[in-house]
Amino acid sequence: MALREIGDQNFETEVLKAPGVVLVDFWAPWCAPCRVQHPILEELAGEMKNVTFASINVDEHPTVGGRYQIMSIPTLIAFKGGAPVAQFIGLQSKEALRAKLGGL
Amino acid sequence: MAGKTYDVIIIGAGAAGLTAAIYTMRKQLRTVVVSPETGGATALSNWVENYPGAKAMPGLELMEQFKAQVTALGTPLVATKVKGITPGVTFRVALENGETISGRALIITAGKVPRRLNVPGEDKFFGRGVSTCATCDGPLFKGKPIAIVGGGNAAVEAALELAEIAKPVYLIHRRDTFRADEITVAKLKTSAVQLVLGSEVTAVHGDRFLNGLTVRDQAGTIRELSVNGLFLEIGSDTDPVLVAPFAKNDANEILVDARQRTNIPGAFAAGDVTDVAYKQTVISAGDGAQAALEAHRFLTVPGYHWPKQ
Repeated sequence: MALREIGDQNFETEVLKAPGVVLVDFWAPWCAPCRVQHPILEELAGEMKNVTFASINVDEHPTVGGRYQIMSIPTLIAFKGGAPVAQFIGLQSKEALRAKLGGL
Repeated sequence: MAGKTYDVIIIGAGAAGLTAAIYTMRKQLRTVVVSPETGGATALSNWVENYPGAKAMPGLELMEQFKAQVTALGTPLVATKVKGITPGVTFRVALENGETISGRALIITAGKVPRRLNVPGEDKFFGRGVSTCATCDGPLFKGKPIAIVGGGNAAVEAALELAEIAKPVYLIHRRDTFRADEITVAKLKTSAVQLVLGSEVTAVHGDRFLNGLTVRDQAGTIRELSVNGLFLEIGSDTDPVLVAPFAKNDANEILVDARQRTNIPGAFAAGDVTDVAYKQTVISAGDGAQAALEAHRFLTVPGYHWPKQ
């Protein structure tokens, strides 16, 4: 599966009501480390079949960013059953993320 | 656990490390590149206009081209951190993914990471108000009180930029004068930035998120600043784990000679992790190539003499 761009309008269906673990990448176009994080998530999305990967632009979609009080980007939040189960702040390496997500 | 053995282990995947990999692969040396991410400091630069032969482009785009050239050569990239380096006839490199790999030569190109204040509360509120990336996180503090710490160009430019977004904006600096360029400092005088000079942050606090700082001035007077954001622009440091085995200067940068050799035979270094005077993408690339070519000589020339440093 690929990394999917989502927004305020479909956050509920794509993340909160989705089955399994969904990793959401909170990013913005002005953030350089976010752009480094992006291809890492795309690669992982191709390799980890049991996790869904989504990204949300906090500049265009402030409602969700505000709800989870995103104060630093990139921030990655893993959701399971509609609730956050893990949060990773700052640029994450592929191996580190794979290990952390594998344990959820 | 005995892991794989390589001719060359390259630690770091910025301009220096990726260029070194291109050269060692073309010399048919068995090479591995170990780095948690690729692109180094250049990838975090919004716009690169001084890399010769390439049009002006985002740093990430330039580094993706470096990476594409490295992967096209079939170079293995291991996306993990290094836990420790043990020098010897072969270097043993312990990785965070549990493996230990060995290399006959080593090229350290791991650059630097942003410096932290090391004050109480900083770790707890990192990412919850405390940030080392003003361009990333500044826009998330629209209309909110924030502070920047530092006295160089990066700090002053961040303060000027954030003064357009946040309110109020404090600039906290240990000294009474700035190291930043005069033209940049002059802009501060007409800006809304409030200067807190001769002062240090001694603690950061909050509940779930940052809401204040304790600041002490040279006379020892303590004051509290109510802020939601704290941006650190106080320079960068080498990774202590990676530089530990090597001779270093006062800034903890690895000392290298004119051919990128460290004080330990078989170990080379290039780029921002070294004592090179100018931290520039083009210089890192050049020094990475030089480290790779010299590593090839070290591995192939009988009786290669390692100069004493």
